[in-house]
Amino acid sequence: MKKVFSRPESLRKKFVFHYCPGCGHSIAHRVIAEIIDELGVRGTTIGVPPAGCAVLAYNYFDVDMIEAMHGRGPAVATGIKRVRPECLVFSYQGDGDLAAIGIAETFHAANRGENFTIIFMNNAVYGMTGGQMAPTTLLDQKSTTSPPGRNAVLDGYPVRISEILAMLPGTAYIERCTVNSPANIVKTKRAIKKAFQYQLDGRGFSLIEILSPCPTNWKMSPIDACRWIDDVMSKQFPIGVIKDEPAKAAGKEGAGHDR
Amino acid sequence: MQGNRIIGEAAIRAGCRFYAGYPITPQNEIPEYMAENLRKVEGGVFIQSESEIAAINMVAGAASAGARAMTSSSGPGISLKQEGISSMAAQELPGVIVNMMRGGPGLGNIRPSQGDYFQATRGGGHGDYRTIVLAPGTCQELADLTMDAFDLADRYRIPVVLLADGMIGQMMEPVVFKEPKPRQYSADYVLKGAGTGKAKTIKGLILDPLDMEEHNWKLDRKYRVIAAKETRCEIFNTDEADIVVVAYGTAARVAKGAIKRLGDHGIKAGLFRPISLWPFPTEELRRLAGTRKEFFVFEMSTGQMLEDVRLALQGYADIAFHGRPGGVVPTPVELANVIVRQYRRDR
Ligand SMILES: Cc1ncc(C[n+]2csc(CCOP(=O)(O)OP(=O)(O)O)c2C)c(N)n1
Ligand code: SF4
Ligand SMILES: [Mg+2]
Repeated sequence: MKKVFSRPESLRKKFVFHYCPGCGHSIAHRVIAEIIDELGVRGTTIGVPPAGCAVLAYNYFDVDMIEAMHGRGPAVATGIKRVRPECLVFSYQGDGDLAAIGIAETFHAANRGENFTIIFMNNAVYGMTGGQMAPTTLLDQKSTTSPPGRNAVLDGYPVRISEILAMLPGTAYIERCTVNSPANIVKTKRAIKKAFQYQLDGRGFSLIEILSPCPTNWKMSPIDACRWIDDVMSKQFPIGVIKDEPAKAAGKEGAGHDR
Repeated sequence: MQGNRIIGEAAIRAGCRFYAGYPITPQNEIPEYMAENLRKVEGGVFIQSESEIAAINMVAGAASAGARAMTSSSGPGISLKQEGISSMAAQELPGVIVNMMRGGPGLGNIRPSQGDYFQATRGGGHGDYRTIVLAPGTCQELADLTMDAFDLADRYRIPVVLLADGMIGQMMEPVVFKEPKPRQYSADYVLKGAGTGKAKTIKGLILDPLDMEEHNWKLDRKYRVIAAKETRCEIFNTDEADIVVVAYGTAARVAKGAIKRLGDHGIKAGLFRPISLWPFPTEELRRLAGTRKEFFVFEMSTGQMLEDVRLALQGYADIAFHGRPGGVVPTPVELANVIVRQYRRDR
């Protein structure tokens, strides 16, 4: 019988994801693992999981990993990549991790054109700590620390990080995707694969933002959460390629420095 | 050669291939030296980071990838690094952190101080951990201890703090760089991609309290070995001494000057200078107390090492103290006068 579906080699053999049903993290993990398999780079990949719901990612990925403190992934990844430019390095971060406490590390890694990839899981809340407001929380979205809904005057506005980073000359490839449907998962996979390929080609910094359902903290069913991404979240965070710099501009001599 | 630059040169000679740091006085010559010289070395990486937080985390990343890595800062910047140092201690990553102490607390000033003793010797960040802390007193020691710091960091997979102050950093003295030892470490933790083998994980998150407890005890066993094997001190002129001054770093230099002058007053004084502040040379100090009863602690702080001296000598000897916090460096004459007064009062 032909095997049409199996566990990627780059995921460990025996585990059950601890993520809630309908969570985007497990889908993103699987997609990343499939790409690592397809590119044949499991043996040279180093991943940096965050403090956040994905903190235990090293229990799932069968690749070398070092956990970073909250928000510090891009700094840790910088140290790794500069010492081991031959490795495929990725930092996996939530929106609180990346857009709040780790914004400086993220911004400056991007600005230096560090030749690694960030997987940016935007679920518009702090998932792990119980659904508090994140920098990406939408206006009027309820969270445990914006109980009546996010109020621009009191709480500020949702941040479009990908668009901001795209303005930096050091960034090579930035795309926003989502994993709320099979078709969108395929697109997400294509985007991450392209980002990893850019990194392998030494083109510089890449970031794939993934609008990721958090049914638990959004207090929705998984199906409604997927719908909410289409109907509401993607209006604030439009899906698509935000930056795809031709190789020349962010090429080897500029960003993506070997050491 | 200038103190700060000596650290840079000694680090490169010791095989440091990764430096990240953020400017702060009085240690700017260290990143400047690294910017100029580390990038010339094969595989050498210098990064001026966006903050001290980023710098220590870059060092952690570089260390996890197998490089000898260093960062340097002073007061406020060292405070920012503490989360990262705590994480490195938990993850058992080697690394060297230089603190050129300045006046504090807060922004304080940029004058030499010893106010960070507690922070350095008690771990400094959150959680139950220690770092090795070495306190050079001369430029020659800056060179030697910088090299030793990398060896110790590798041997014990531990962050090592080189604790000096703006005075030593700015001082010029001739130095001889010793031959670096070949790097000895077990590389089994180093991340380079799993190859065809098993994937490695470096982590500090241990959710099960019993497992976390065991990790803490494991670290503690390591710290006990270090405490037993790695104490260092200088004992100067104590054989005939009526009084032993206890001081480290720049304060010990002032104390040596004072000790010469005390002879003119007919007081025989010696010096006990801890070089490793953690582990503190408790036994060595206590041994001295067997014959002498008067000890005089001098620090450029309101009295921090004083507590370790008390722990070592309480019940064995009398301990007096003089401190000048805030970035003040007293002259040997001032210190000698204080000691004379104290000594005469006690008679
Ligand atoms: C310095 C520090 N502050 C706070 C925390 C607590 N904390 C852990 S994860 C997290 C938020 C995670 O949210 P996000 O990054 O959006 O990831 P998600 O869980 O939503 O995937 C916080 C605040 C921490 N670990 N460290
Ligand atoms: S809380 Fe949200 S982000 Fe975290 S595992 Fe559950 S669904 Fe996923
Ligand atoms: Mg989140």
